[in-house]
Amino acid sequence: MATQKTVSATGNAVVADAMRQCKPDVMAAYPITPQTTIVEEFAGFVAKGRVHTEYVTVESEHSAMSACVGASAAGARVMTATSSQGLALMWEELHVASGMRLPIVMANANRALSAPINIHCDHGDAMGARDAGWVMLFAETAQEAYDNTIMATRIAENPAVLLPVMSCLDGFITTHSIDRVDVLDDESVAEFVGEYAPQNALLDIDQPVTHGAFAGLGGPFFEFKRAQRDAMERSREVISSVGAEYSELSGRPFGAVESWGMEDADVAIVVIGSTAGNVRHVARQLRAEGVKAGIVKVRVFRPFPYAELAAALSGVKAVAVLDRAESFGAEGGPLFLEVRSALYDAETRVPVAGYIYGLGGSDVRLELIERVYSDLSDIAAGTAQPGGFVYLGAR
Amino acid sequence: MPKVADFETALTPTWCPGCGNHAMWRALKETLEELELPWTDFAMVWGIGCHGNGADFFRCQGFHSLHGRALPVATGIALSNPDLKVIVEMGDGDGYGIGGNHFIHSVRRNIDMTAIFHNNQIYGLTTGQASPTSDQFMKTPSTPGGVIEEPVNPVGVAVAQGATFVARGFAGDIPHLKELYKAAIQHEGFAVVDVFQPCVTWNKMNTFKWFRDRVYKLEELEGYDVTDRTMAFETSMKTFHELTCAPDECKVPIGIFYREEGAATYQDDLPQLKAPLYKLAEKPRDISKTLESYGG
Repeated sequence: MATQKTVSATGNAVVADAMRQCKPDVMAAYPITPQTTIVEEFAGFVAKGRVHTEYVTVESEHSAMSACVGASAAGARVMTATSSQGLALMWEELHVASGMRLPIVMANANRALSAPINIHCDHGDAMGARDAGWVMLFAETAQEAYDNTIMATRIAENPAVLLPVMSCLDGFITTHSIDRVDVLDDESVAEFVGEYAPQNALLDIDQPVTHGAFAGLGGPFFEFKRAQRDAMERSREVISSVGAEYSELSGRPFGAVESWGMEDADVAIVVIGSTAGNVRHVARQLRAEGVKAGIVKVRVFRPFPYAELAAALSGVKAVAVLDRAESFGAEGGPLFLEVRSALYDAETRVPVAGYIYGLGGSDVRLELIERVYSDLSDIAAGTAQPGGFVYLGAR
Repeated sequence: MPKVADFETALTPTWCPGCGNHAMWRALKETLEELELPWTDFAMVWGIGCHGNGADFFRCQGFHSLHGRALPVATGIALSNPDLKVIVEMGDGDGYGIGGNHFIHSVRRNIDMTAIFHNNQIYGLTTGQASPTSDQFMKTPSTPGGVIEEPVNPVGVAVAQGATFVARGFAGDIPHLKELYKAAIQHEGFAVVDVFQPCVTWNKMNTFKWFRDRVYKLEELEGYDVTDRTMAFETSMKTFHELTCAPDECKVPIGIFYREEGAATYQDDLPQLKAPLYKLAEKPRDISKTLESYGG
């Protein structure tokens, strides 16, 4: 195991520190709440000479991701950070980054999308980009946000993957709260992530290449997309092996899906991000009262770990999925749709209840989680059916 | 006609004590009262930034748009109801950075509306990072080594791009600012009003005192001709390069830099606006007889 020190720091501070330890060649970014302090912290490292990164302050997030795309195509290790409207403004470039197979690492501080304007946490921003071809990691805590950033670098740059990775942490709850975090020493991180060996870099003047050229009208566009799908599928194994290697280095477990109490659970909640802490707390209390409550936290959203999720949920009598994002007009939130789909091939049909919660930072109180477990107990007992489109705690 | 107090809402402004936005808010409220504009005759649009919080404090027909996108939204409003006076408020990051392209193209169109820029030379809402108008070498949390780029020169850009009304105000002089607002709102065409609006919390360089020591009024400058575009451009360039100098070495002009009356506006060149849709929609017409003649 590596040398580690325990620090008290915000999620944003340790994400910035992890980025520094990964030594990116280029960072281009634009301020947006609640991401801003990641880049500010990083700018401080650059100014003090603690990292040798070309740091570019641009005029918009569209420009930030464009600059990242250019730098990554040129062969640089590239990182950035954004949130909400910033991510939305990057949308067309997100697809360019994944389509060109550029291993950019981006932290996203999850925040609600306008309108009406709101600066607080929900997953609407990231979920809106879920089909952009990025590997997507979610953190429950500042510790996970730190760990995910380092693993993201290795996953993105793996020659079998070469996809951009979005590392998400909950706006304010994780980005701005001070948490206890174990931080690896610089040398161990540098050794873990290694040197980036770019393929088909623009700066390789002996082998000139063009990125992003026209591939329509009978061109290989369709095959490019299949290659992207193949890379995303290959990333499952890479995420798993990088996670295992990182666990050995850090002593902290990692799984695309992380379970608590699922060995004998009757009722289970599937959740993403910081709310997993609230759910685990309630599940622990219910266990003391004799309710066999479990929790499944999804840490990797793309590629979606459907096999691991189905395995984790096998044997339960009722499942609830908490979505901190909407998919208006769909049968439920984005996570609900994935979970129900993952359970389709299960031998026993398990009732799945969908809940929308915490949009725009709406408070996630423990009694709301208790209500979900209570609903699940009723569903498991056959005295209730999953209700559709429940807005948990809406006034 | 609405009075100053009528423009206020139940919410108290959340701007910092001493923020230049308070003065700009007051100047605009008084301008609207003095112009005797009925509620129905004007609409306001805000971008994102500290200024944009004004959407909550300003009682009127309003639209709080996205970061950088106030001008396109305002364009849509102005074209769907060409009888409205449209007043757009933006910040420097909002209007000259992320939405800079809309700024240039709105000038180019000479679309009839008033664009007010809250220029505090800093990103206030995100707590003090360098903005597109921050002075070169300024140290901020996002630029601890100092800003590398030259700032945007909004007055010069507008004048060079053919703007028909370009003015600069100072939030420390409300009566003067009101005169600029009045002229801008009454101007037919795209009126640019760049306002130095000191951010007392995050910009410790361009303070009220900093400006008070330097500003002078163009209208008091002997021989200044507001219809001379070259003179306006030269004046804007001169001040633009002297912003970091000592008070005795340079002065910062405020007032109307350039004004051209009678230029065709974007609205003038759209014949369909002579009978805009919103007016036609008020009179549904019975077309059944016409349909009958087609056998239907």
